[in-house]
Amino acid sequence: MPLSISLITDTVMTPSVRLQEMIRVIRSARTQGEERGIIQKECADIRAQFRQSDNGERSHSLAKLLYVHMLGYPAHFGQMECVRLIASPRYSEKRIGYLGAMMLLDEKQDASLLITNSIKNDLSHSSQYVQSLALCTLACMGSAEMCRDLAPEIERLLRASNSYIKKKATLCAVHIIRKVPELAELFTPSARSLLSEKNHGVLHGAVVLITELCEHNPDTLDQFRKAVPELVQIMKGLVTSSYSPEHNVAGISDPFLQVRILRLLRILGHNNDTASDAMNDLLAQVATNTDSSKTAGSAVLYETVLTIMDINSESGLRVLAVNILGRFLLNNDRNIRYISMTSLQKIVQSDHNAVQRHRGTIVDCLKDQDTSVKRRALELSLALVSAVNIRSMMKELLIFLSTCPPELRSQTTSGIFNAAERYSPSKRWHIDTILHVLTTCSFTRDAFWNLVMLSHFFNLSSQQPLVQVACWCIGEYGDLLLKGECEEIEPVQVTEDDVLDALETVLQSHMSSPATRGFALTATMKLSTRITDNVDRIRSIVSIYGSCIDLELQQRAVEYNALFKKYDHMRAAVLERMPVMDKNSPGHTNGDTSGENKEPDPSKPKPVEAGLLSEPASQSVQLQMKAPSGNVIPAHGLGQVTQTVVLNNPNKASLPCLFLCSCLSH
Amino acid sequence: MIKAILIFNNHGKPRMSKFYEHYTEDTEQQIIRETFHLVSKRDENICNFLEGGLLIGGSDNKLIYRHYATLYFVFCVDSSESELGILDLIQVFVETLDKCFENVCELDLIFHVDKVHNILAEMVMGGMVLETNMSEIITQVEAQGKMEKSEAGIAGAPARAVSAVKNMNLPEMPKNINIGDISIKVPNLPSFK
Repeated sequence: MPLSISLITDTVMTPSVRLQEMIRVIRSARTQGEERGIIQKECADIRAQFRQSDNGERSHSLAKLLYVHMLGYPAHFGQMECVRLIASPRYSEKRIGYLGAMMLLDEKQDASLLITNSIKNDLSHSSQYVQSLALCTLACMGSAEMCRDLAPEIERLLRASNSYIKKKATLCAVHIIRKVPELAELFTPSARSLLSEKNHGVLHGAVVLITELCEHNPDTLDQFRKAVPELVQIMKGLVTSSYSPEHNVAGISDPFLQVRILRLLRILGHNNDTASDAMNDLLAQVATNTDSSKTAGSAVLYETVLTIMDINSESGLRVLAVNILGRFLLNNDRNIRYISMTSLQKIVQSDHNAVQRHRGTIVDCLKDQDTSVKRRALELSLALVSAVNIRSMMKELLIFLSTCPPELRSQTTSGIFNAAERYSPSKRWHIDTILHVLTTCSFTRDAFWNLVMLSHFFNLSSQQPLVQVACWCIGEYGDLLLKGECEEIEPVQVTEDDVLDALETVLQSHMSSPATRGFALTATMKLSTRITDNVDRIRSIVSIYGSCIDLELQQRAVEYNALFKKYDHMRAAVLERMPVMDKNSPGHTNGDTSGENKEPDPSKPKPVEAGLLSEPASQSVQLQMKAPSGNVIPAHGLGQVTQTVVLNNPNKASLPCLFLCSCLSH
Repeated sequence: MIKAILIFNNHGKPRMSKFYEHYTEDTEQQIIRETFHLVSKRDENICNFLEGGLLIGGSDNKLIYRHYATLYFVFCVDSSESELGILDLIQVFVETLDKCFENVCELDLIFHVDKVHNILAEMVMGGMVLETNMSEIITQVEAQGKMEKSEAGIAGAPARAVSAVKNMNLPEMPKNINIGDISIKVPNLPSFK
């Protein structure tokens, strides 16, 4: 291919041309297979290149190999080549060698040890760009060994070099401290003196270094508290300086440096009155003067707010901070809304009242389009629920639940249950809420588990209908309960034995009414098709009740026994799960108590057409809801409000299976 | 700390990937795929932060991304970085690329990925922000580029020049140039073959 003259002067020399050729060829591949073939051929070429003695082509080959590596193909055979190239006297070869080292080598490879010496030499090279290559590579992939070897060199560079190298050496020092924390003492003296540098890059690095030192060691932290006035001065300079084009981002002077300093001030002022006092003025100044119309300003303001909240600042300042966050909540930019909710989350425990003032806005954010924002709003809303606002908050949360994205559903339901448990104004409200949740979304394990817990609790206080509901649930959905962990605070793995224990307790408890016992027995029976291990136990339970005094129970037990013995092949079909209710199906009579759709519960399995089961005795499948005998729930033990439940289902078609709630209005 | 910086296009093809912690090649590709999957699902007008369940580190880590034309720029960071600050950093990075490549487009990144690495090395080092002043970054990048070129130029120029000229396709030189009355005899030049 003919090369035009201009190409000779520009790109022929650098590794890029060969690389570009290869890239062009790879891109012309039309299928994945073709690409693989091309790359295999290229890699073979590269390998051959590496084996030859030095001929100036090496850097090109390594560049090609790194490109191939980025696409995801193996490139480990280039590791030794990196070592060789790093040792070369030529800058272009060193450069690609170091880049290769950063991409292909890590501390686990032996090859990485081999470059320690090269790095050491290059750190004292006459050209600052070679020095910078060495520093960069050490900071990216330096192992603990290498760091220990080279730390004194880095410390020397920290003190005596130009600002370009100083700033790189500073960050390198941070990496060293992270790898080998004991070396922190080596860098502490020089770190302090770096604060008097004028170059922003060096200052930035210095602040990062000091932050790292303080986080590692509380004694060092004490030492650096003396630097607070100096830091405050630097900040003041940045905040009040007139337009400086170099570091200016959207009208803010070096926002990156400002944010770093604010973060360091936060660490220094935390739990320390003197330091906090020294910062109060500055923080007030930044909070009021920073223009937050662009992201840069918002970043600084946000950091200021976090600092104010985390140190021992005076109360006026704290109020200012929370108000700024409140303002952020109303910002059009979603990023800013998200950020402000993140920070409100951090302070909701300590400054609960201040955050409560913004509850309305937060609840509005539940309706935002963005899932990230919704998630934040949900966490914050749940944190803001209290005894005072439980009713209104729950309304909002339930509305949210009906439209929330699936990935947030379980978090929402657990949150609702927790809140309900802690703050519910009455038992009835509590139950209503749980049932509302269950009807809103498909049965979640959480909902279930809560119901079972509730039923256990209520079993002792003779709230029979609730127990009946719980039994029915366990019968129908026992397999879901057993299938996985539930997402409660203490995750509990429910075993089949646990479930059967619960049902047996109900069966045997002298507080259970006969009706309740009937529910429990049926539920136990249903579980025989839903569980795998304990079917024998079920069989034995059922047969025991075959000789029970209670007629109803006896009849059921005998029938179930028959199902086990003679009609075992039909058992699964008979005990199948109820299909979901269609609200408009015939024979559906609504009782409209408290606006919820309450449907009575068929306590028997679907009647089999062949009529093998004898007609059930008192509680027929057909249940109908009648008006309650009163609208007032009496005080405990002072009488009853009864509501009979009868379901009409003449078609014997898909039976509705929305909840039994009528029993609640007792 | 910045854990990784990824650039990929709207179809998930990586254009540059830099990891500041070590992962195997397979894991790196998985991370790129997973990140693309998460980021490409997002609408244009929702916030630029993503979190939760990432291969690259778990609950402490966030993805902060920006979408420019056909490219996604994704920074994976932990909680010690300011989210809004990183958003600004992405902006500075892209503007720097724009200045260095003159109206940068995806093709520039494809064919000069090593240059992109060099530019990035002046901005982020060891997972930490090094320099955010655009003119400073560009100055350094240009100086290093000059150094490379001058070095290669001194060493390799003669050999390259010969091979380049050999490949030139010069048109056949005429023996005589006739411009009316003036007739210039063209000397017999050896053919460049």
